[in-house]
Amino acid sequence: MQSAEQNIEGLNLNDAALGESEDSGQYLTFALGGEDYAIDILRVMEIKGWGLVRPLPNTPEYVKGVMDLRGQVVAVVDLRARFFMERIDYTPTTVTVILSVESQGSSSVIGVVVDSVSDVLEVAQKKIQSAPNLGLHINVCYMSGMVIHNGKMIVLLDIDKFLNPEEMGVGINMQGDTV
Amino acid sequence: MSIDLSQFQQVFFEESFEGLEIMETSLLGLDPNDVDDEEINTIFRAAHSIKGGSGTFGFSAVADFTHVMETLLNEMRDGRRAVTAESVDILLQSVDVLRDMLAAADEEREVDVARVAAQKQVLENVLNPDGEDESTAGEDKVENNAPPESDEKPIGWHIIFRPLPQILKTGNDPMRILRELMELGEIHIEVDDSDLPDLSNFDPELCYLAWDITLMTEKNRAEVDEIFAWVEDDCELIVHEILADKSAVDQQTPVLKVVAPVEDRRVKKDRRDKEPKKASGSSSIRVDITKIDELINMVGELVITQSMLSLLGETFEMEKLEQLNDGLSQLERHTRNLQESVMQIRMLPISFTFNRFPRLVHDLSAKLGKKIDLQVHGETTEVDKTVIEKIGDPLVHLVRNSLDHGIEMPADRLASGKSEVGVISLNAFHQGGNIVLEIRDDGKGLDRAVLVKKALEKGLIDGSQELTDRQVYELIFHPGFSTAEKVSDVSGRGVGMDVVRKNINELGGSITIESELGQGTAIIIRLPLTLAILDGQTVQVADETYIVPLGSIVESIQVKEQQVSRVVGRGETFKLRDEYLPIVRLHDVFGIKNSKAKTLQEGLLVIVEGESHRCGLFVDDLLGQQQVVIKSLEENYQRVNGISGATILGDGSVALILDIPSMMRLADKCDLENRVSA
Repeated sequence: MQSAEQNIEGLNLNDAALGESEDSGQYLTFALGGEDYAIDILRVMEIKGWGLVRPLPNTPEYVKGVMDLRGQVVAVVDLRARFFMERIDYTPTTVTVILSVESQGSSSVIGVVVDSVSDVLEVAQKKIQSAPNLGLHINVCYMSGMVIHNGKMIVLLDIDKFLNPEEMGVGINMQGDTV
Repeated sequence: MSIDLSQFQQVFFEESFEGLEIMETSLLGLDPNDVDDEEINTIFRAAHSIKGGSGTFGFSAVADFTHVMETLLNEMRDGRRAVTAESVDILLQSVDVLRDMLAAADEEREVDVARVAAQKQVLENVLNPDGEDESTAGEDKVENNAPPESDEKPIGWHIIFRPLPQILKTGNDPMRILRELMELGEIHIEVDDSDLPDLSNFDPELCYLAWDITLMTEKNRAEVDEIFAWVEDDCELIVHEILADKSAVDQQTPVLKVVAPVEDRRVKKDRRDKEPKKASGSSSIRVDITKIDELINMVGELVITQSMLSLLGETFEMEKLEQLNDGLSQLERHTRNLQESVMQIRMLPISFTFNRFPRLVHDLSAKLGKKIDLQVHGETTEVDKTVIEKIGDPLVHLVRNSLDHGIEMPADRLASGKSEVGVISLNAFHQGGNIVLEIRDDGKGLDRAVLVKKALEKGLIDGSQELTDRQVYELIFHPGFSTAEKVSDVSGRGVGMDVVRKNINELGGSITIESELGQGTAIIIRLPLTLAILDGQTVQVADETYIVPLGSIVESIQVKEQQVSRVVGRGETFKLRDEYLPIVRLHDVFGIKNSKAKTLQEGLLVIVEGESHRCGLFVDDLLGQQQVVIKSLEENYQRVNGISGATILGDGSVALILDIPSMMRLADKCDLENRVSA
């Protein structure tokens, strides 16, 4: 029900990224089930191995739990689960990318679990294409665009849109009390 | 004036509010029969710094108002005017008005101009009781004329500037002021040299000149005043506005100076239609310098220990093991001390809260016609800053209750053989790991029979059970419960006590009542020492570790099968002494699989209490007690039901801290869902 709603939003293609005046930017690319994704490198705080994570009760399945980041308690999200991809066992290359997410003027820290990080990519702004309409099953509003690199397609993710605390709350308040 | 003063503005407000508190406290301490000069001096000094500061920052309305207060205080100080209870009351009211004006300026909202003008009038009446001179007459004129004047924008200002002879010695140059005025608009200056002495008597270091200035400008009064801000005390200054029809020029009343700026500012604000600024987000804290020194010492020690340990590490051999152990225990000691000292910084004496009560009691007792002796003990007890902020309103409510409902009228007191003067005492002290705040009165006490009758009427109890005294007193905390025969504006609307309890619970504290009919009531509030650290019991469920706040644990037991009874095969309860309590299985509520204890006998029941409900929390095992530092989940994620926060354990993993009341609500819902799905 909720994803259908988002898809309607997704039809209004978000091409804000195209309008940016920066000539080029650096992106951290990572792999997720054989596909390549990229995040603006300025948002990446650090990359850690998969480690001690304490599950949070009654949260969506993709919220793996919370971990300690030098005294801060940081939620960790499994990106595969977030994108409803097939689940795999964590391997030594499985890493947690610590990101700084901005929403409503405040920034928070969040960790995402990905299969492996690959590279830092310099992407010219004019090379970024807007995300095509991928039909009702794929929500493109979380993508800020896509780019072709060495013949492979890399999806640029808009982390502020899908990792902000409000978005993560979907599904939680349906179970608990509303206080 | 090109210096950006706005950066100091917040400091000015903070200092001014402190000054007001000093004035208030000293005024209350002022005994008309035995006047302490030092006390008046203190009040005068506080008023003077507020006046000076507000002049500098361009709050001329505040400065003018304070000036009148200061004049009155000055006369009292010089012994020209007797200190009377009446004038002290007027000064107290003026402090309120002043506080309101400053708060309005701070929040950039409207100030009640009429109230300010009225209070100022009262003050001036005290100064000139006969109303013979121009200031009273002028005030009348102002009250009548001020509103129309504000509609009509002045086209300029007529200024008579007569510096005192010694103005040059204070480093002020009248020429600079004139030059600045010239920048404001078209200006016509006439010099008055009538005071100029013969050359033989002429002192080149004195200023003998005066100026009569006509300034045609659109600028408002505040901007004109700003130019004179530095010389205010060193000159005679008369400013009045020139209106288009020149009617105002004839009004030779310096009093216009007083109200006009207020009007100007208001008009300007109205036009902008500005929303009141929200209270500034970041709050600052004043820390005793000795606490900082202590911290620096502690860090010094820590650095020494660290360098000793690193040296040891470089050349480590097995023989030095003992040395290493010593070093480590030293490190531990220093870290703990450092932690305690850092916590100390957040601690403020409770007097910040207690200080407002003498005033409250003074006003209320006068209003209610009761005689009260307020005794305050332990006001130096330190509590967390958050507690200071949140406990104020509940305490005010409780003290009002004591005054209104507790203490009887003087005649009734005499009739029941008590002293005419009722005693309310406020006590603060440490007990165990808690701060205890007590509000005690020697009034009529709580009447058990009345409470029970009322509760029956409201249907809160059904009359079949025998209630203990404590349970009866608990009824007061029910929403909508009030025993006051009639509602007064002091208390008795029945909206209070449940809110009081809620606030205190939010701080992790508890509230209890002791009372004896005819002897008085004591309300006892217990609060944790600090909010950043919590005493917790670590419990285990499957592989997960949770922290249960020690304060909510009643006891921990192992249940036997015969104690447990089930309702329709599911809802589990057990009998603890003569009470049936529900069993909440933590692994069910939190959806944890593979918990180790399958049957109730294998695990442990932790009896927890939250919002006066109790339940048995079923866990696999108890691990131990420890102090934990509370970390917020909301900071980077969001609120999770049943969890109040998180902490980091010794092994670097995160442990979640249970929020017992929220967890119990969650358990109720789980139960409901299970029943629906079953």
